[in-house]
Amino acid sequence: MTIVKSVTCPVCGCLCDDIELVVEDGKVEEVKNGCAICESKFIGYRGEHRVLKPKIRQNGKLVDTTLQEAVKKSAEILANANYPILYGWSSTSCEAQRVGVELAEEVGGVLDNTAVVCHGPSILGIQEVGIPSCTLGQVRHRADLVIYWGCDPWSAHPRHVERYTTFAEGRFEGSEWKGYLQKFKAAAGRKKIKRVMKQAPVKNPPSIEPVTPSEPPQKMKKDGRKLIVVDVRRTMTAEVADYFIQVEPNKDYELMEALRALVRDQELDVNSVAGISVECLEELVDIMIGCNFGIIFFGLGLTMSAGKFRNIDVAISLTRDLNMRTKFAIMPMRGHFNVTGSNTVFTWQTGYPFGVDFSLGYPRYNPGETTSVDVLLRRESDAALVIASDPVANFPKKAVQHLVKNPLIVIDPHMNATSLMADVVFPSAFVGIEVGGTAYRMDHVPLPLKKVVDPPEGVLSDKEILNRILEETRKIKLKQVEAA
Amino acid sequence: MELLIKNGFVFDPINGINSEKMDIAIKNGKIVDSIQEKNAKVIDASGLTVMPGGVDIHSHIAGGEVNAGRLLRPEDHVKDVERKTAITRSGVGYSIPSTFTTGYRYSRMGYTTIMNPSMSPLEAKHTHEELSDIPMVDKASYPLLGDWWFVLEYLQKGDLEECARHIAWMMETVKGYAIKIVNPGGLESWGFGRNVHSIDDRVPGFDVTPREIICGLCKVNKMLNLPHTIHLHTNNLGVPGNYATTLETMKCLEDLAGDDKPVAHITHLQFSSYKGRDWRTMKSGAEEIANYVNNHSHLTMDMGQVIFTDTTTMTADGPFQFNLYNLTGHKWVNHDVETETSGGIVPFRYRRKNVVNATQWSIGLELALLIKDPWKIFLTTDHPNGGPFTAYPKIIAWLISKKARMATLKRTHPKAIKRSILSSIDREMSLYEIAVVTRGGTSKALGLKHKGHLGVGADGDVAIYDLNPESIDLPTDYKVVRKAFSRAKYTIKGGQVLVKDGEVLQEMYGKTMWLNVETDEPCRIPEEMKTKFRDYWTVEFDNYPVSDHYLRSQSPITVKASI
Repeated sequence: MTIVKSVTCPVCGCLCDDIELVVEDGKVEEVKNGCAICESKFIGYRGEHRVLKPKIRQNGKLVDTTLQEAVKKSAEILANANYPILYGWSSTSCEAQRVGVELAEEVGGVLDNTAVVCHGPSILGIQEVGIPSCTLGQVRHRADLVIYWGCDPWSAHPRHVERYTTFAEGRFEGSEWKGYLQKFKAAAGRKKIKRVMKQAPVKNPPSIEPVTPSEPPQKMKKDGRKLIVVDVRRTMTAEVADYFIQVEPNKDYELMEALRALVRDQELDVNSVAGISVECLEELVDIMIGCNFGIIFFGLGLTMSAGKFRNIDVAISLTRDLNMRTKFAIMPMRGHFNVTGSNTVFTWQTGYPFGVDFSLGYPRYNPGETTSVDVLLRRESDAALVIASDPVANFPKKAVQHLVKNPLIVIDPHMNATSLMADVVFPSAFVGIEVGGTAYRMDHVPLPLKKVVDPPEGVLSDKEILNRILEETRKIKLKQVEAA
Repeated sequence: MELLIKNGFVFDPINGINSEKMDIAIKNGKIVDSIQEKNAKVIDASGLTVMPGGVDIHSHIAGGEVNAGRLLRPEDHVKDVERKTAITRSGVGYSIPSTFTTGYRYSRMGYTTIMNPSMSPLEAKHTHEELSDIPMVDKASYPLLGDWWFVLEYLQKGDLEECARHIAWMMETVKGYAIKIVNPGGLESWGFGRNVHSIDDRVPGFDVTPREIICGLCKVNKMLNLPHTIHLHTNNLGVPGNYATTLETMKCLEDLAGDDKPVAHITHLQFSSYKGRDWRTMKSGAEEIANYVNNHSHLTMDMGQVIFTDTTTMTADGPFQFNLYNLTGHKWVNHDVETETSGGIVPFRYRRKNVVNATQWSIGLELALLIKDPWKIFLTTDHPNGGPFTAYPKIIAWLISKKARMATLKRTHPKAIKRSILSSIDREMSLYEIAVVTRGGTSKALGLKHKGHLGVGADGDVAIYDLNPESIDLPTDYKVVRKAFSRAKYTIKGGQVLVKDGEVLQEMYGKTMWLNVETDEPCRIPEEMKTKFRDYWTVEFDNYPVSDHYLRSQSPITVKASI
């Protein structure tokens, strides 16, 4: 039995790197410090859907084959394609991504990552107005106002609040977990009373105050860290928040603009915006201006609802405005553990973060034209390589139809919907468990991923598989040039 | 492989060689006394200028900040692309080129060593990953240490030795080369949106002043015997009237100069040499600064020359970038790094017809020309802050030719001419002086023993330019000079010909240099660090260091500290 410390968790953009693993007989037996998702990944990665042998489609069926055969077939597909798509990348290491860029350049394809259906609008927003941001430690040490907008870290980034924001202990701001503990107890107590009331034969039961009032509660004006959640529904995070603002669906843009107007001391001539009274917004703005260090974290509730990148544009603009009055930052809650890394790698090698088109021999970027979904919808691609992702399950139906019509190569540790439709399937080692590498946290802090156990025999890393395909593709291309 | 460069006019200022016709022999990547001609590849350099490979002392080419700039500006890339060839990778420019392109472009100008001047220690892995993807040049990076909490705390306690040990630990841990200080105290203040405005302001939350940080780290630098001095970006950078702060900063370091050696490098000096109360009255303070520098020998500097173009400003000086954003209303990136530093990015266009920009342009040249000793002030644009490094040949033309300067000055805002004394300066640099400000001087200031000269034992890094010093009249033929320096006839790195006639012949990855500082007392830092680590950072101690994995090819330099 060995204990491996300081393991980086390859699940979400939080990249918690304090995980301790107990490893026995080449298996992870116990996970310490991790959240539920982390634990299920480290324990449950050897699931029934694991692929151990490369597969190739013959007579309409996926059959086992050798690695050499699979590499050869993939290289043929890519070398003969005019406009292949190389998609995925967000759940693999930067080392593999670097090979990926080289491969995309070699075959003149479109290189795209999952940001295109996730935080792509955030990047477009940033390219419009910039982004005042910081690392998560800065939030931990300084933030006395944390706003989660359109995201639910309690469910999706479970340790975010504990490690980096309201419940974390910083140099200038303390943890608020004690207050929340009391609040939880009170909430549980209220529930109990309610239950008793229901059963008790009382004619006029005393009223119980609602969990969150419509106006910001008094404690919002006190010192210490404050947590606000803005969402269309009462999420798990909203339950722990000091103040929950329920915005009407698709009205985030309006609400942000109203806040911007109030930050700039303009008067609003309406009574409510996006379902929230203006008095309430005025108080909210005062809280925002009055803080020492505020931060907005936003998720897909903002990027993928009506307005898309305009929502991000206005959210960042609000943050810019607030910086005229106090210190304020904003950060996207990136999902996959290395989606930030793939944007970073693509940017330093090609200048662009996603949707990079190499068909002219140099990197070109025009979201809406060179992004994978759009290429598929225009039916322009004639092959695809998908790595560490499952577009068949996530892309629009028409895009999927075109994707599977053409030769498709999949590199993934699991069988997923996309690999079931593929022509070549490579099993790969789990990044961050069976193979090391580098990943970038949502705030662009690079962290090393550890190799904890050996991969199953014959299963290679993403990087190695890509390298072999690249080498083979170059050979075929060279032959083609010589023949010509 | 052996290489013989025959009959060129050699300019090698470190060895005092000024336009001498001689042969340069390279064997196993190093300069040697002589080799047998029949075994060697021979380059006939008759009628050509031969210099050591260029050494850039300050150019932001890699790291989180640079990459955030790339991401921010697709409009900067779309107008300037590089195609993939059989030898080279594709990429984009303009002001913030992608990594491969950066390497090729430097090499085409005859540069072989580049110093990346700003690296936040927490994100050092990123910087090194990018540096590993920059081909053609050797490189190194300066970690930002001026506002690191450990430094502030130890300076507050007055425990310089412990501070020095921590810096030694940090150099090795993040694979750094020199102590970079940016707006000391200002970055920590910026954590809550504030700034410091003089070198005697208190840093909020810490009982230290910028003066104490600068002097303290300067002393630490001496204790550790680091090859380069502290690399300092002054307080109040980019603020009218800041020449006074700059002079005060320079003066506070006077006492620390024991021997005749420099003790500090003031970087992109142009941005710190403004007179006036506000932007309306802003004018050049170059004369005062130059007067001071001419009478003292404890400093080196670089220009931070401004080019009239669209570029991307990026520094660790968060409050300065915020002010620039307020001034322009342009896109703005801010990136504060926990316990260490901050950073900001704002795109900016320097316009000829803008009186402030035109004055800034004049100041850079004034400084370079008024400071008499070329070994004190070097050529930079603070790439990409003043303009992209690809503009260096333009600056060379301005430095060697009054005609070239006046041609540009005439086309700037008419009021700008009166705000500096550039039009009255007659000095024109020689090729020898150009060799000092682009390689000899920088290499000496950096303490790079094997770079920037062509003496026996030096690295075989050579640049050959299509210039015949005997037949050319530099001031009148400045356009020829400009062209020659933008396309090296040959760039040779480690004895390999990488570039010929401005075209890349082969791709080669240089080494990353870093300091391995050995202290007398066995280092007890890790134990103390481990206990404090979780309080200070959000990453684990084990995951903080830059391992060898992040350096494609490295060249550690061992330094013996005197503590």
